[in-house]
Amino acid sequence: MANPIFMGYRRENGRAGVRNHVVILPLDDLSNAASEAVANNIKGALALPHHYGRLQFGEDLELHFRTLIGTGCNPNVAAVVVIGIEPGWTQRIVDGIAKTGKPVEGFSIERNGDIATIASASRKAKEYVQWASELARQECPMEDLWISVKCGESDTTSGLASNPTVGNFIDKVDAMGATTCFGETSEITGAEQVCATRAATAETGEKFLKTWNAYNDFILANKTDDLSDSQPSKGNIEGGLTTIEEKAFGNLEKIGKKARYIDVLEPAQAPSKGAGLYFMDTSSAAAECVTLQAAAGFVVHLFPTGQGNIIGNPIEPVIKLTANPRTARTMGEHVDLDVSGLLRREMSLDQAGDKLIDITLRTCNGRLTAAEALGHREFVMTKLYRSA
Amino acid sequence: MASTDFIVHDTGDSVGVVVVEGTEAGQELTGWVMATDETITVASTDPIPLGHKVALADIKDGDTIIKYGHDIGRAVADIRRGGHAHVHNVKTKRW
Repeated sequence: MANPIFMGYRRENGRAGVRNHVVILPLDDLSNAASEAVANNIKGALALPHHYGRLQFGEDLELHFRTLIGTGCNPNVAAVVVIGIEPGWTQRIVDGIAKTGKPVEGFSIERNGDIATIASASRKAKEYVQWASELARQECPMEDLWISVKCGESDTTSGLASNPTVGNFIDKVDAMGATTCFGETSEITGAEQVCATRAATAETGEKFLKTWNAYNDFILANKTDDLSDSQPSKGNIEGGLTTIEEKAFGNLEKIGKKARYIDVLEPAQAPSKGAGLYFMDTSSAAAECVTLQAAAGFVVHLFPTGQGNIIGNPIEPVIKLTANPRTARTMGEHVDLDVSGLLRREMSLDQAGDKLIDITLRTCNGRLTAAEALGHREFVMTKLYRSA
Repeated sequence: MASTDFIVHDTGDSVGVVVVEGTEAGQELTGWVMATDETITVASTDPIPLGHKVALADIKDGDTIIKYGHDIGRAVADIRRGGHAHVHNVKTKRW
């Protein structure tokens, strides 16, 4: 059988997107107000307010730039207006995004003030929105689809059914040549040795363990108790998960049985070793993780949940699936795919994986996810340490 | 097919996961072992909520709890076969 296709937007650098955003990107917290004003003036423009960008330094500053530039570079973004307090760092973001060949222009507030900046940035945003609205979707092969996965508010039904459904999906699309990514370094604690054996090479497995050890050392250095109620979370415990080890083995079900990860990525780092499964070093908090994966270039996200995490992302559509029958019943408006039939033994894992491929392709073709329809746009930058 | 009250991941697991709502103490629960496709039964000694774990054998304080065929923590109290295994009697070995 031929691999499925999806209808995507072919960008200037050859990548395929599944959404067509015009983003108003603030460099720093100070520029949120102007960015939101521009998005309010120009219908169809999307502001991404966030909390950081001042006095950061070292690795934390590099991550800030990598995340913002990567977000602008994402193929779901047609064009970008960057607004910053001063021109230097604003231009650094513009230059990073411009390497994709997509339209991007920067505006800075000092010596102009908010009102003049908003006026000139709004004119540019209007031009971009009208231009982007004429771009047409075209047929793209599965090899062009970059898919990220991360679970949240997990419970034991996640490890039994919704995460294995994602795993079945990963095994199938890995064989089709798709590019995929999982993360959540801290949440592999207890299953890290098993995870290391899932690397394509011993060297990559060692790279994973080094990354995991660094994160675990950070937790051990900062913890004040046994992390009860933090990891697992209150919601996890309510749903029946007892320990981090139990949560970790359930988490790892998302990478299926056959696929092997071919590289370990820094937070927000774009894959560079071709098609395949990648591990990314991320926090296990949903919005932080998905924001980093979108900044690395992933265009659609699979999010299994047990108790009902309702996260969305402004850049990549987040497809929600659950196997918990109570969550499907009481929070149905947040659920794109109900796989609770797996627990009743009414469907097979193979069938559930096929259903997930179907809803993913429909989402890529333009169907709004539950999170998109409900307006969930959680954009959360990862900050590594205090500013200078 | 009889309805499935709980599911067990692997053959050596000491706990199974209740997948239905409203079980009561003393109820005969029917379980499905995914690894072998076997059906087993356990009489519960506690009401066990949806998603929570039932002990499949008598577990002693200090014993390792096995799920997914792997170590997921240790018992910090004795747990009877059919009992509710959760944060009140099982803890992580990691943090």
